[in-house]
Amino acid sequence: MTLNALTISDARDALRKGEITATDLTMACLTAMDAGDGLGAFVHKTPEIALDQARAADARIQAGDAPSLCGIPLGIKDLFCTKGVPSQAASNILRGFRPEYESTVTAKLFGAGAVMLGKLNMDEFAMGSSNETSCYGDVINPWRAGNDETALTPGGSSGGSAAAVAADLCLAATGTDTGGSIRQPAAFTGITGIKPTYGRCSRWGIVAFASSLDQAGPMTKDVRDAAIMLQAMCGHDPKDSTSADLPVPDFEAALTGDIRGKTIGIPREYRMDGMPDEIEALWATGRRMLEDAGARIVDISLPHTKYALPAYYVIAPAEASSNLARYDGVRYGHRAKLAQGDGITEMYEKTRAEGFGPEVRRRVMVGTYVLSAGFYDAYYNRARKVRALIKRDFDEAFAQGVDAILTPATPSAAFALGKEMSDPVEMYLNDVFTVTVNLAGLPGISVPAGLDKSGLPLGLQLIGRPWEEADLLNTAFAIERAAGFVAKPAKWW
Amino acid sequence: MSTIDIATARKVAHLARIRVAEDQLPKLAEQLSGILSFMEQLNEVDVTGVEPMTSVTPMRLKRRADVVTDGGYPDKVLSNAPEAREGFFAVPKVVE
Repeated sequence: MTLNALTISDARDALRKGEITATDLTMACLTAMDAGDGLGAFVHKTPEIALDQARAADARIQAGDAPSLCGIPLGIKDLFCTKGVPSQAASNILRGFRPEYESTVTAKLFGAGAVMLGKLNMDEFAMGSSNETSCYGDVINPWRAGNDETALTPGGSSGGSAAAVAADLCLAATGTDTGGSIRQPAAFTGITGIKPTYGRCSRWGIVAFASSLDQAGPMTKDVRDAAIMLQAMCGHDPKDSTSADLPVPDFEAALTGDIRGKTIGIPREYRMDGMPDEIEALWATGRRMLEDAGARIVDISLPHTKYALPAYYVIAPAEASSNLARYDGVRYGHRAKLAQGDGITEMYEKTRAEGFGPEVRRRVMVGTYVLSAGFYDAYYNRARKVRALIKRDFDEAFAQGVDAILTPATPSAAFALGKEMSDPVEMYLNDVFTVTVNLAGLPGISVPAGLDKSGLPLGLQLIGRPWEEADLLNTAFAIERAAGFVAKPAKWW
Repeated sequence: MSTIDIATARKVAHLARIRVAEDQLPKLAEQLSGILSFMEQLNEVDVTGVEPMTSVTPMRLKRRADVVTDGGYPDKVLSNAPEAREGFFAVPKVVE
């Protein structure tokens, strides 16, 4: 096995035993990263930083100080500010931006000894479900449908992270999830992705999209790695006022696979009209796996599920229009060339028209509209009330003793690039199973659980109680063991 | 069923400080209308007596002493500015 194909846990154990070095492991990933250019996953490579960090990790391991991530090569989503390294949220409006500071999450990872290989492609400002709104161009899914060479989407917005992990360009990657941006691409590429409870990971230094929905999380090759990496990313941060001041449990220690006596809810509203048979079958298989492992399965109702997408597409653009007001051509990034006589308003309008791509412009304008005088109550306030009802649905299910909720992760397998770009609303439907979790602030995990008939991976989603990521990871671990998903994309790149 | 006409699209673009060419306004109005009609589903929900959600998880925002905790490096603050002069961000003339 080549070193870049290792899991975090296997690499950690081999590093600690002295069987491999962080430098060799990093070299293997750098080679794979360069060979993987055809995937479009890495957009800013940082080999010098990586090798410096790897050498420091080797010294640390030799000195007997080896946290789990010491010497582990990671890819970092372009949404995270990394000191001195381009961080532009895949937007032209942040072209050339090099932060003078490090995001809390990446600082924690590097403090634990992790190695940064480079920055990963994504949808512009994390607005998209196919990685086609990026200023860097598309990411291509390493998976293909059988012998069909059609380029497929890796999903989005963390499409570069998903493709890089699935193609073994890195051991794991950071992602962020506002409406499904970790879980949907994880499902499309046969990897594991967890969005923790809102407030678990500090948002400080992560370019903001919709602040009441955004959460960072790991994208990894298996559930154990998700537990290890999430552990390193979590924790209270005074610089994020919504960061939870709660102890972070030992997530890896929770992975016993024993879920006897747990109650798993199956929400009837997630059975959508026109859902492909294969998704339906996968969901039934997941149910059986958990039942066989000793869990009690109950049918539940989350009656406001249907309204989650429209509520999300009011709230997220509203928050985005406020957050993205900062891109005005004054403090950082792009400023339009001005004509004779142009004043500050022309500077704002031209800068933002040039700097933002079409989907970002559209969402900022939708947000502006729903927050504008006369429409605030009809759209924004109504959406926030519906959001309260969506959260109440989950609260009631959990109050009835449900420990976790099982759903499909996505309504389909990965689709062809270009297929859904023409209709924004059609694209939004990708998030139908995942947005509810962000609206309610809950933890959610996507685990690969099977292949469709063309050989593309499909994922199951588990939704947990607030702050109970440890229990959620353990239930996911039980699915992973039962599913025995080991398929990898055949290398064509 | 609300639809966005061209005048409203022009107004929204200006409020968002995003320049949209006149010939692009009809397409923008059509797309915004499509998105808004998707949101109209929310009108089916009975929200009588429901408080709008303001906090994702019940938590009290922390407070700290009102003191300076950071700063003193104007060069770093200005390092990414498209235009900076003499320790300030520079912009086109704002007041005639």
